Amino acid sequence: MLRSGNGLNALLVTVVVICSLGVVASQHKARKLFISLQQEKEQAQQMEVEWGQLQLEQSTWATPRRVGEVAEQKLQMHVPKAEQVKFIRVEPSGQTKKQP
Amino acid sequence: MNYAASAHPDITAKLPGWRATVLFCVLLAGFAGLVGRAVYLQGIHDDFLKKKGDARYSRVIEVSAHRGMITDRNGEPLAVSTPVESVWASPQDVEADRGQIKKLSQVLGMEMREVQNRLFNISRDFVYLKRQLPPDQVEKVVSLNIPGVLLQREYRRYYPAGEEAAQTLGFTGQDDNGQEGLELAFQERLAGKRGSQRVIKDRRGYIVEDVGSLREPKHGEDVRLSIDSKIQYLAYRELKNAVVSHQAKSGSVVVLDALSGEVLALASYPSFNPNNRGNSGSKAMRNRAIADLFEPGSTMKPFTVAAALEEGKVSFNTVINTENGVFRLGGRRIHDTHPEPSLTVAQVVQKSSNIGSAKIALSMTPKALRQHFSNIGFGEPSGSNFPGEAAGKLRDAKAWRPIEHATISYGHGISVNLMQLARAYTIFANEGELIPVSLLKQDIPPEKKRIFSGRTVLAVRDMLEMVVSAEGTAPLAQVAGYRVAGKTGTAHKLENGRYIDRYVASFVGIAPASRPRIVVAVMIDEPSKGEYYGGQVAAPVFSKVTGAALHSLNVPNDAPLNNVIIPSANIVKEEV
Repeated sequence: MLRSGNGLNALLVTVVVICSLGVVASQHKARKLFISLQQEKEQAQQMEVEWGQLQLEQSTWATPRRVGEVAEQKLQMHVPKAEQVKFIRVEPSGQTKKQP
Repeated sequence: MNYAASAHPDITAKLPGWRATVLFCVLLAGFAGLVGRAVYLQGIHDDFLKKKGDARYSRVIEVSAHRGMITDRNGEPLAVSTPVESVWASPQDVEADRGQIKKLSQVLGMEMREVQNRLFNISRDFVYLKRQLPPDQVEKVVSLNIPGVLLQREYRRYYPAGEEAAQTLGFTGQDDNGQEGLELAFQERLAGKRGSQRVIKDRRGYIVEDVGSLREPKHGEDVRLSIDSKIQYLAYRELKNAVVSHQAKSGSVVVLDALSGEVLALASYPSFNPNNRGNSGSKAMRNRAIADLFEPGSTMKPFTVAAALEEGKVSFNTVINTENGVFRLGGRRIHDTHPEPSLTVAQVVQKSSNIGSAKIALSMTPKALRQHFSNIGFGEPSGSNFPGEAAGKLRDAKAWRPIEHATISYGHGISVNLMQLARAYTIFANEGELIPVSLLKQDIPPEKKRIFSGRTVLAVRDMLEMVVSAEGTAPLAQVAGYRVAGKTGTAHKLENGRYIDRYVASFVGIAPASRPRIVVAVMIDEPSKGEYYGGQVAAPVFSKVTGAALHSLNVPNDAPLNNVIIPSANIVKEEV
């Protein structure tokens, strides 16, 4: 009676110790994972910030004003004059016909 | 001294029994008190200790939420918030030597004395050194690593379109709240709501566990405007050129989509740089198309004529006696610059005859005329919900004297803003229905209000097309490849209740005339380089903005490209 009781106690103690070590280990793991989650979140936010800045940069480079200036000054482009424009009418048959 | 020796030997040292009892009771009570306190702290009032415990490691942190973006109708960003850091110091914790302070003041671009004063101002625990720094400067501050100098994240608003749409978009204050313009109008939707979160931090300040969210952060909504940034740019550019070359005080342009009532462009000049407001005055910040009232002058005539057509008082070809240029009414005289013995109703509009317009107005009762004007939306806000809109004045018909009855027909004695005027012309751009204007992109067709019959509108539109012919007041409004229709306006300005020799030149038109897509309204205030007629000053702006906008919208041509006929003679001037 006494002997088997001791054995049971020893077993229970072992189980308790293993369980508590398990709790500690999983808690540690959870915290580690949480920290990496936190880092990922931070990175995501960082990226969102960068995305906003890139959008801003793109729209600053691509303002109609700048596009117009580059086209006219750097690329020597201009809006075609009326006499340079020819209309092409597409007939229902798919053929094209020059308009006078 | 030996007390025992001096004590009386005959008295036995017998303690009374009650002393032990009393002592026992006192100890018992003390113990009971302790037990009670322990039970109280652990069982009943347990949250107190829990709170104390939590305070050692649990923290509530703020979760920031950004302000929504404002985009144009195609999703191009017009206002974007991006985080920046502000440098602040806690003077009690600052430890820095002269060299560090010198470097810090160089990075921040501030006087060394100023930095020093702020850093060592012990009477305060929080002092900003510099707000809203760009990222590269922030890095330098961090690398200096001065204890007590800290960073705080804030949001700053950027406006890629710059001055072109500055008054329309408005701006935000230091705390990223809307202060003017659409930023203010849509504050509710744009503003993000900060959240807060309870976390457990370890000794080194890292967050190790997320206990729970107290308040979810709510990011601001994006707002998609009806503005088309390309057309906005074109409108601003042409407006600026015109205001500068005519040495005018100011000007504004409104471009409306004739089908949906959406505002495609809303520009005013002078403007300011919203990314660096500096000390630009309130003059530059006014959205003149909405906040400024002016007497519309002859741009009102089409409505007078349309009302008369609607009432059946006149028809397209009714001949009006225009009295050879001078018409007496109630002791006052109404003039025409180009005296004619008689004009048809269509020619009254084409040549902008005041006498003709007055006579047409007098054929109707004041009440009927006023009712028409009020239906068109004059004297009430345009419904754009823009902050600071001036609604304009349309006086009660009972107070009209005969001369006022006549002058209101050509736009004197009534005040409007440019947005109202542009909206009113949507009536002529469709089959006689007034379209509500909107600064937001609309997905469903708007609810329209019928004002005039289709027949009336087509007749007036034909007259408006005659205005831009070589015989009209605005041949300079012609656009290559498109038929356009519109009306000039030139009005004396009012000062202290009297008309003075300074003018507001305007032009409102619709294009293409065969199947209208846009309404463009131009107003130039006080052109002072000789030319001041609407047909000379405002019409060219209309022509350029309209041509470019129609190209940009890919509207098919409804006229050959060589349709523009510039008259050799002087432009027909209108009476003002």
